[in-house]
Amino acid sequence: MSALAPYARCFVGILWRESLRFIHQRGRFAAALVRPLVWLFIFATGFHAAASLAATAPYEGFVSYETYVTPGLIAMIQLFNGMQSSLSMVYDREMGSMRVLLTSPMPRWFLLVSKLLAAVLVSVLQAYVFLGLARLQGVAPPLPGYVALFPALILSGAMLGAFGLLLSSVIRQLENFAGVMNFVIFPMFFASSALYPLAKIHETSTVLSVIASVNPFTYAVELIRFALYLRIDWTALVIAGGFTAVFLGGAIYAYDPVRGLVARVRGAD
Amino acid sequence: MPAADVMSPPHQGDAPLSPALEIKALSYSYGAKAALADIELTLPQGRFAVLLGENGAGKTTMFSLTTRLFGLQAGSIRVFGHDIERQSRSALARLGVVFQQRTLDLDLTAGQNLIYHAALHGISFSEARARAHAELGRIGLADVYDRKVRQLSGGQTRRIEIARALMHQPQLLLCDEATVGLDMGSRAELLRHVRALVGERRMTVLWSTHLIDEVAPEDLLIILRQGRIQAQDTGRAVLEKTGATTLREALSLLWENA
Repeated sequence: MSALAPYARCFVGILWRESLRFIHQRGRFAAALVRPLVWLFIFATGFHAAASLAATAPYEGFVSYETYVTPGLIAMIQLFNGMQSSLSMVYDREMGSMRVLLTSPMPRWFLLVSKLLAAVLVSVLQAYVFLGLARLQGVAPPLPGYVALFPALILSGAMLGAFGLLLSSVIRQLENFAGVMNFVIFPMFFASSALYPLAKIHETSTVLSVIASVNPFTYAVELIRFALYLRIDWTALVIAGGFTAVFLGGAIYAYDPVRGLVARVRGAD
Repeated sequence: MPAADVMSPPHQGDAPLSPALEIKALSYSYGAKAALADIELTLPQGRFAVLLGENGAGKTTMFSLTTRLFGLQAGSIRVFGHDIERQSRSALARLGVVFQQRTLDLDLTAGQNLIYHAALHGISFSEARARAHAELGRIGLADVYDRKVRQLSGGQTRRIEIARALMHQPQLLLCDEATVGLDMGSRAELLRHVRALVGERRMTVLWSTHLIDEVAPEDLLIILRQGRIQAQDTGRAVLEKTGATTLREALSLLWENA
């Protein structure tokens, strides 16, 4: 028997459980799509006449606002999905099922990475469904771009999912999750290049431009944007990879029973 | 440590005379509040042991440390000779746990819960499915395999949790207040089922409870109070030493003299 077989079975088991959960929560899947669709079909359409954009890489010539904003909305799906995974970890901790996971003999880092990858795959599926619907609005990247997008979605999903994992380690109770919406998701989304190009932001606000340039979400958006048009934004790739490593390392540290933050937020049982 | 270690049958690599559980100089505190102080405990193989203590005595903390949910602050814990910190994978592979808090996924079926647990221990789906049917059948719940846990009674979910804990064929079963919330009949049935495991599978069981009527005279009795072990002997020996006629009386005497 291969030494890796138990790991493969464990990963498949975690993926299977996440899939079952996903099937049981089909409403959640649809709800996650409604948000970016509202942005695309209502907000971006409203801005269409006022905000068609002059060429900035990776686009050539003028692009519609819907086309520009689509990568940001894909990243938004992944951001929400990452936060949803975080919520699910906090829920599991409160409901006790986290204990089942953490008392597995598999290394804890492996369990967390498996959990993360399972969630990323769900977000990738959501992203492709969204892109399919976006074609109805005239957002039509080259077809090979859909393939090139896949690895970018894995990395951006892993970065945002790992961020969610890290957050889940410091959120004490489910109720605190509302705060995450206000203090994490919205600032990350709005202070990024999702809705407006970085160069344009710089013209109007240096402060916002600086914030956007240190915001990890910006690099998820740019990674997706370039991949969709068959190009690689190396800066975004390196920075997104770096943030993924930092967030994942932080989450693994936080879930370590000896050193981690989870023990500190847990208190007396 | 090689990955195969996770999958090796639990008895392989164990020293024949290693205690099932060996705790030395274990202390733990939540900030300034001490939960466990200088615990010394040796649990021989193939015994049914009861960890008896009031709520807040430190039973759950001890279980959380033994299952590595918490990291050790002081002392050591060995499961069949495997150090829980340095050889955590070998130790955890030999442990089955039923937590005080319900931990089944309510939206999954009983069978799916068991298969998921098996996967976390590196067991294949086909093997897990076979074991799940066998374990549920053994506790008289074969018919709930495809039923969602949400639809089952408290007593049934508790039995499923025990079936789940046995899926990876552990050698030591930890049950933390497993009968809490159950009626008298369900409690007795659950206890009878777990006691039978010691004879049938040569398992060791550490049964944590605050209910003295769950202790039998032949059980190894460990009395925990305010984070300290007050007695560690068979129920019968505790009766003899205290001169009491019932365990309840013996407990009162021990606490008065503490």
